[in-house]
Amino acid sequence: MEDMLFYDRMQFAFTITFHYLFPQLTMGLSLIIVYFKWKFLRTQVGHYNDAAKFWMRIFALNFAMGVVTGIPMEFQFGTNWAKFSELTGGIIGQTLAMEGMFSFFLESSFLGLFLFGEKLLGHKLHFVTGFLVFLGSWASGFLIIATHSWMQHPVGYEILSNGKFVLNNFTALFSNPWLLPSYLHNQLASLVTASFVMASIGAFYILNNRHSSFGKLFVKTGVVFGLVSSVLVAFPTGDWAAKNVVEHQPVTFAAMEGLFETQDGGSEIVLIGQPNVVDKKLDNKIAVPNILSFLTYKKWDAEVKGLNEFEPENYPTNIPGLYYAYHIMVGLGTLFIALMAAGAIQLWRKKLYATKWILWSLLFFLPFPYIANTTGWYTAELGRQPWLVYNLLRTSEGISPTVSSGNTLFTLLGFIGLYLLLGMLFLILVGKIINKGPVTTEA
Amino acid sequence: MEIFWYIVLMSMLAIYVVLDGYDFGAGIVHLFFAKKEKDKKAITNAIGPFWDANEVWLIASGGVLFFAFPTLYASSFSGFYLPLIMILWLLIFRAIGLELRGQIHHRLWETVWDKAFGIASFLLALFFGIALGNVVRGVNLGMVENGVSAHEAHYFFLPLWNPTFSPTAAHLGIIDWFTILLGLVGVVTLTIHGANWIIYKTNSDLNDKLRTVIFRLNFVLLALVILSLVVWHVIAPKPFLNFIETPWLWIFPILTLIGLVGLFWVKAFKKDGIGFIFSSLFILGGFASTAASIFPKLLPSTNSINPSLTVYNVAADEYGLSVGINWFIIAFILLIAYVFIQYRVFKGKMDDIGYGEH
Repeated sequence: MEDMLFYDRMQFAFTITFHYLFPQLTMGLSLIIVYFKWKFLRTQVGHYNDAAKFWMRIFALNFAMGVVTGIPMEFQFGTNWAKFSELTGGIIGQTLAMEGMFSFFLESSFLGLFLFGEKLLGHKLHFVTGFLVFLGSWASGFLIIATHSWMQHPVGYEILSNGKFVLNNFTALFSNPWLLPSYLHNQLASLVTASFVMASIGAFYILNNRHSSFGKLFVKTGVVFGLVSSVLVAFPTGDWAAKNVVEHQPVTFAAMEGLFETQDGGSEIVLIGQPNVVDKKLDNKIAVPNILSFLTYKKWDAEVKGLNEFEPENYPTNIPGLYYAYHIMVGLGTLFIALMAAGAIQLWRKKLYATKWILWSLLFFLPFPYIANTTGWYTAELGRQPWLVYNLLRTSEGISPTVSSGNTLFTLLGFIGLYLLLGMLFLILVGKIINKGPVTTEA
Repeated sequence: MEIFWYIVLMSMLAIYVVLDGYDFGAGIVHLFFAKKEKDKKAITNAIGPFWDANEVWLIASGGVLFFAFPTLYASSFSGFYLPLIMILWLLIFRAIGLELRGQIHHRLWETVWDKAFGIASFLLALFFGIALGNVVRGVNLGMVENGVSAHEAHYFFLPLWNPTFSPTAAHLGIIDWFTILLGLVGVVTLTIHGANWIIYKTNSDLNDKLRTVIFRLNFVLLALVILSLVVWHVIAPKPFLNFIETPWLWIFPILTLIGLVGLFWVKAFKKDGIGFIFSSLFILGGFASTAASIFPKLLPSTNSINPSLTVYNVAADEYGLSVGINWFIIAFILLIAYVFIQYRVFKGKMDDIGYGEH
């Protein structure tokens, strides 16, 4: 039973981590492509349309990867988490079915038109199809996060005597206080990824002295979108999301911050340190006094509850993992603001394209927003443990009762092999697109 | 309320089989009959802008199943664990075969993805037929052994096969001679269906040959259908009971028959789209007949201890189902609009509108 739970969790974690490498780019990128198309329609400068075309090729590849790795997610609710699906399907099935009906049909119908229909449709209609693809992908994110929010903070339900959760208030699913902060935080984080990827590839072209005019447009667009999104992802949306955790999952918050004991006279904020779960302390700690109390409650001496105030059986199951995930996300988020602010200052002084260290930094920052997005989601998911539905249904109670661990390990290994292949193919093909670069259409 | 969602779910699944069915079939034709590069290109262009949206019908059906019949979703997805995950892998292979083939112009690269697309299409058609066979045959719900349930009454697990490959053995498997038979029906049906679509959407040189293929395969299909109906009696008791009690249901088998018989005139059809209409009729009628035959059961039980899963004992609660109708109707109207726009833009022969040319 124990390794069954472990393999089920590993398979879900592995497949969702791999899957979300793609939508986090396409959601943000679709917005920037729509922006390019809009600029083109307004200015009639072909450069913007050519830029949009280049990014559409990268978008299409990422989108296809997102689709093929997304289908296993919906299946796994039933294959690996049958008990959870049976008990909560009447509620989370609602938002997941809506995602299929509203988003997937919208995206899949118009993606083909958007990618291949420019000549057939003309520029205005082509812009509309692009906008609809953007709308579909953002609606998809919204419905997924509505589902996620219900698991983090269940609302609008009652529990029957047979243990089933039934819905008694449909609108509560969408007025859930967890939903809006998480959604905005996530979409801005997606925009951070798209901005960094754009700036990174732009910097690559400038430093390489190839496609420099496109490189400058990409760096400029990436830095402007990147600064705005990096700031907003932290304040106010990240702050809001954290306040939800403080209010509804205080034990998770204590673990995220590495706060083993409640501190008298206000809590310090930990910058660096390794959680030592056995001795209940942080090794090699560097911390600043009273900052955590201030950030959390706007009072320097407010009390922030430590892990010692809660029952150990309700502790997040992987405290060090949760602590690291959260700190990596916050640390990288801070660096993003700093780098994008430096880029924006140089852009304003009209020196950005000659400032080598910023271009090099942008180039090498490519993986970091992916890491920040992933660790952000790990914070949310590890933070919810040991629960599937917070405080109501434990993760161990949700797995499929008849599937043996041998079968799950078999499929997990299969997914690892298949996704390794997919990942390699993706890198080859995206490398090919970047190497070829944008093409200027003769007007 | 359950009945409304039952009809929605079955209709969506039937539409899925007709739509994704033609692109699976196109894949099978691609594998066995397309030798020249030009023919292959014509086939992939014929399904190019459609196949992705077709597949969404499966995802959306899965969503509706999850939402409206969560117990059935949980029971069948965990019980058919291995074949479902394998279907996922095949769907992934098929998708990357279609999407990646054109990215690099190299003979070996193209060959690999052609085969991936073709073989995955063939196996998916076979698997979906086998899946239908499993639903008709039923499963050992609760995994009863010597009169005692080993699990909750609505859970089960099936291995891929048992050593005897018999649909009546005590320990069932996914693959037995009955489900294989339905798997073959699936392959032949979708091959015909895909060939009809290619004839409809292209001016390919292949089309004349495909008419002959359809004509010949139709005899095979007729034989397989008769054989399945005969052995159906061995597997499921009284398969025609519902039809005798509710005579209007005969409309479904009659539609199936019209679709099947009509295709014998495939060489005489004046318009290229008519064959596709007949094979669609056959699929829709066959699907509906099967559903009607086992109604209200959704997954029959092969033991006498645990009851079959029916429309009534696996549905979600009343409030959730009724509130769902509101958003479903909005979504469905939008969906009809998308499908209309999509098929309007890409109407007619794909080679005439220059799709796939760069």
